Amino acid sequence: MTTKVKLLYFASLREAVGKSGEELELPAGVETVGALRAHLAQRGDGWQALAAGRNVRAALNQHMVGAEAAVGAGDEVAFFPPVTGG
Amino acid sequence: MEMRPEVSVQEADFDVGGEMAALSMDRNDVGAVASFVGLVRDVNDGSGVRAMTLEHYPGMTERSLEEIVAQARARWPLLGVRVIHRYGRLEPADRIVFVGVASAHRGAAFAACEFIMDYLKTRAPFWKCEETPHGARWVDAREADDSAAARWAEEGEGVDDVSWDEIEQRR
Repeated sequence: MTTKVKLLYFASLREAVGKSGEELELPAGVETVGALRAHLAQRGDGWQALAAGRNVRAALNQHMVGAEAAVGAGDEVAFFPPVTGG
Repeated sequence: MEMRPEVSVQEADFDVGGEMAALSMDRNDVGAVASFVGLVRDVNDGSGVRAMTLEHYPGMTERSLEEIVAQARARWPLLGVRVIHRYGRLEPADRIVFVGVASAHRGAAFAACEFIMDYLKTRAPFWKCEETPHGARWVDAREADDSAAARWAEEGEGVDDVSWDEIEQRR
């Protein structure tokens, strides 16, 4: 059974991690947006932009969510800094 | 009557007068049209701004703007709403965003226009990167924008996109 998710990164976070998106097989035990964020932050270097304490927002299937939101196969998860439109 | 979209996310400029007129076209029940136009300034946080590039999240952007419009319609008796937000590279004096609201009376039109802008500033996934004499820089979100949006939350309602840090603090 695969649990692939689509990840997207925007703005300064996209520049920090050096890519705009990827497909990822969810590691065992990563079941929430918060756990996914922590998992990615462990990659080090630019990925530390996702570390705890950094001002990062997340969207799950194009809706803003908090860290507790459950993630599963086929989901689209986006990480980005606070928005600055208007 | 031609159906016009309520929300557009586009690179192209827009015609403010035409959009305003369209909000009361072919109807006699509109007593008030309020609008807001956001423009690129040539200075921000003490630096000159030569241009800015607006990045967005295609798909979520349109969806979030439609949700904001739906919330405004649920709060006030609106007869028409139009939101246009541009993306791509823009220069000082270029238009960025248009919000137009039609209602029978001015109170609802003014309030709904301000509500849509306040919510758009904190919820629509746009990011500005400015070109300054010191290089490119991403614009930081302002706390004032969060508090402007929060004041619309009614007693016991709360803001539904609780910030990440608040959630982390709660855990």
